[in-house]
Amino acid sequence: MEVLNQLKLEFLSKPENIGLARLTVASFAAQLDFTLSEIEELKVVVSEAVSNAVLHGYAHKEGMVRIEATLYPDKLELVVADQGQGIEDIDQAREPAYTTTPDRMGLGFTFIESFMDEVEIQSQPGQGTWIRMTKSPEGKEPEV
Amino acid sequence: MNVEFARSGSTLVAKLSGELDLLTAPSFRSQVDGALQESASRNLVLELSKLSFVDSSGLGAILGRYKAVSQLGGRMLLVDPQPQVKRIFTLSGLFKIMDLAPSLEQALEMVQEG
Repeated sequence: MEVLNQLKLEFLSKPENIGLARLTVASFAAQLDFTLSEIEELKVVVSEAVSNAVLHGYAHKEGMVRIEATLYPDKLELVVADQGQGIEDIDQAREPAYTTTPDRMGLGFTFIESFMDEVEIQSQPGQGTWIRMTKSPEGKEPEV
Repeated sequence: MNVEFARSGSTLVAKLSGELDLLTAPSFRSQVDGALQESASRNLVLELSKLSFVDSSGLGAILGRYKAVSQLGGRMLLVDPQPQVKRIFTLSGLFKIMDLAPSLEQALEMVQEG
């Protein structure tokens, strides 16, 4: 499928960079025909995925968080990856309200799953976490 | 994230502006807890018209304040969230435990009624 545009962003796993990541991805995604409400959803998704990397991936140390965003004519593909400690049980982590840090209510993945069309997670203990997500603007059916 | 405070009787009004996420949640938490303690307020009203963003870290910080206020027998209300913020509250089920008041005046009346 034709790639319209691509963005790669890499930064230290500091809370200070979460706002930067979501604003950068949001303005990049605005090149497609997303509604304002969909752009707000993308901001939440980036915030949750990057917060997961900062809080869980690199729980007690710092490392790099990588974001790759690719625009296709009918969808945005977003990859958020870290090289942190990984997730032992992905199915459990995806369950609504499952949490290891009660401060966030276990809603991180819930928002990601509600706002994105496809969500694929690869992770292994000690091997980092890789999340690939796609979203199409309302009314645009992705090509099969 | 900026928080401005005002007091009305036994109620503390906290007016939030900016973004509430993993970065700003600790400062929100300590400012609100400090102001509650200092003013010896029983109830808390969060005025949200200038809050442009919230995610699960922000929700957790709001819920934490609700627990603290409720434990001391007080009431907490939310006022005037922007549509994108309101949507996150709705999806999270926050409105099942916390009420939304139509205006600040009405919020202050509602908390006085208990």
